Amino acid sequence: MANRINRDQVQHVAGLAKLEFTDAQLDAFTPQLDDIIGLFETLSEVDTDGVEATSNVSDQLNVMREDVADNWGQSQALLKNAPDAARGFIKVPAIIDESEDN
Amino acid sequence: MNFETTIGLEVHIELKTNSKIFSPSPVAYGADPNANTNVIDFGYPGVLPTTNKGVVADGIIAALALHATVEQHTHFDRKNYFYPDNPKAYQITQSDKPIGHDGWVEVDVDGVKKKIGISEMHIEEDAGKNTHERDYSYVDLNRQGTPLIEIVSKPDIASPAEAYAYLEALRQRIQFTGISDVKMEEGSMRVDVNISVRPVGQAKFGTKTELKNLNSFNYVQRGLEYEEKRQQQVLMSGGAVQQETRRFDEKTGETILMRVKAGADDYRYFPEPDLPALNISDDWIKELGDAMPEMPTKRRERYVNELGLTDYDAMVITQTKEMSDFFDATVALKADPKMAANYLQGDVNAYLNDNHVDLQATKLTPANLAGMINLISDGTISSKMAKKVFKAITNGEEPKAFVEKNGLVQLSDPAKLQPIIDDVLQSNPQSIEDFNNGKKRAVGFLVGQIMKQTHGQANPQVVNKLLMTALQQ
Repeated sequence: MANRINRDQVQHVAGLAKLEFTDAQLDAFTPQLDDIIGLFETLSEVDTDGVEATSNVSDQLNVMREDVADNWGQSQALLKNAPDAARGFIKVPAIIDESEDN
Repeated sequence: MNFETTIGLEVHIELKTNSKIFSPSPVAYGADPNANTNVIDFGYPGVLPTTNKGVVADGIIAALALHATVEQHTHFDRKNYFYPDNPKAYQITQSDKPIGHDGWVEVDVDGVKKKIGISEMHIEEDAGKNTHERDYSYVDLNRQGTPLIEIVSKPDIASPAEAYAYLEALRQRIQFTGISDVKMEEGSMRVDVNISVRPVGQAKFGTKTELKNLNSFNYVQRGLEYEEKRQQQVLMSGGAVQQETRRFDEKTGETILMRVKAGADDYRYFPEPDLPALNISDDWIKELGDAMPEMPTKRRERYVNELGLTDYDAMVITQTKEMSDFFDATVALKADPKMAANYLQGDVNAYLNDNHVDLQATKLTPANLAGMINLISDGTISSKMAKKVFKAITNGEEPKAFVEKNGLVQLSDPAKLQPIIDDVLQSNPQSIEDFNNGKKRAVGFLVGQIMKQTHGQANPQVVNKLLMTALQQ
């Protein structure tokens, strides 16, 4: 195994994705992820000297819409897919501390 | 030990567009929960965002207003985190190519001018809003996708007073562009601050703490003042400042530990694949720049140098673009600038505060204010009578018509005033004697009597002059 990723890193990434793995799963996934990263490393064989980094693979540019408001009136239908709703709100288990982020 | 303080500010400003940044849902307040949402705002699978051109324009305008360089090859990035008010589990924001960078604003603290740098500004979407109750939380996604611009200062701010001045300068410049209401009390301007102190001469910055829950510029300054002192005390007693988030308690003026930060946040930014990149043309930047109104600093220079206002007057008049525009229009109608400034800061501001309205929502017009001031200037009405006229113009009445209708014309003709004065003197021989004995108060009494005889319409200056002449004979 080339050690491109270790067990702690796999656990950390799993935590970020809100996933919990057993020890056995971590042991199994670590070399698998390592192989996947190895596969992507193939890309580094390409000579990219002098090639500007791209942020998007689409060849479109400047796709914008005018600032015109249009209410699609979907809120009732949308709430039907929420796990629970009350008084027009999405109802979720109580959120403790953790301030809002943006 | 002497310390130096380093403060950095992150300011979020809500943009006043018609529609959201990536969906056409309306941006409006006071709607029923989730009424202004669609599949894009909810982050349903398979939906695609589209960039609102108005938000990009506002970003360019903000960059120009803050002397920043517009990044012409810009794009959006994804910032990944889980939270119930963030339905996609990522926020579309900008990370490596923010729309503006390397700007500055000039502040004036106790007469000392200083440029405070802005490292970058980026456009992004706001999250929804959570309401917490005992067992459940309730999520309203109306705010989800509302456009924001985040403005990040360089760590150039050296004191809480400078932080206040920076925020005020920022608020004014943005307010003048019209892209946002920039009102902290309504949440259209939000401020996050971080602060560190270090012994003078130490090259490395101290460990910084972050402050939350700052709902006014005043609280920002007070919270920073408390935190500055607290960190100095920690260091002086041989301790170490912890990297942590603290909350400002408005009642006690203290900061309280919320949580200790363990390691850097891991947001795994990457370029947003659902939105094509943007190439902003020189022409577009020029077009937006040409349409920008004169900024508050320029206006203040003009008010002081050309119209003779004091620095203070000029500062108050340029609090909002509406006030400043109103002033300019009033002066353009030949009203005395000093009087116009006094009325705007005094009676007009008091009227706005008492009624909790913005100037543009009133019936006051520059034409009527100028009309009233010109009636005072030419002696038609006294400033006392003007109180009544002012009330009338707040109801949209034309001052000249109001004055004529109510017979509020000031009596300035000496030929008409002299007989009244003679009368009053004749009936009050005691006051004349008092005056001759050096009692100056007697004059006030006599003027009062004359005003009474004329039902308050006598011109006080003319009365004073005639009375003194009569008394000194």
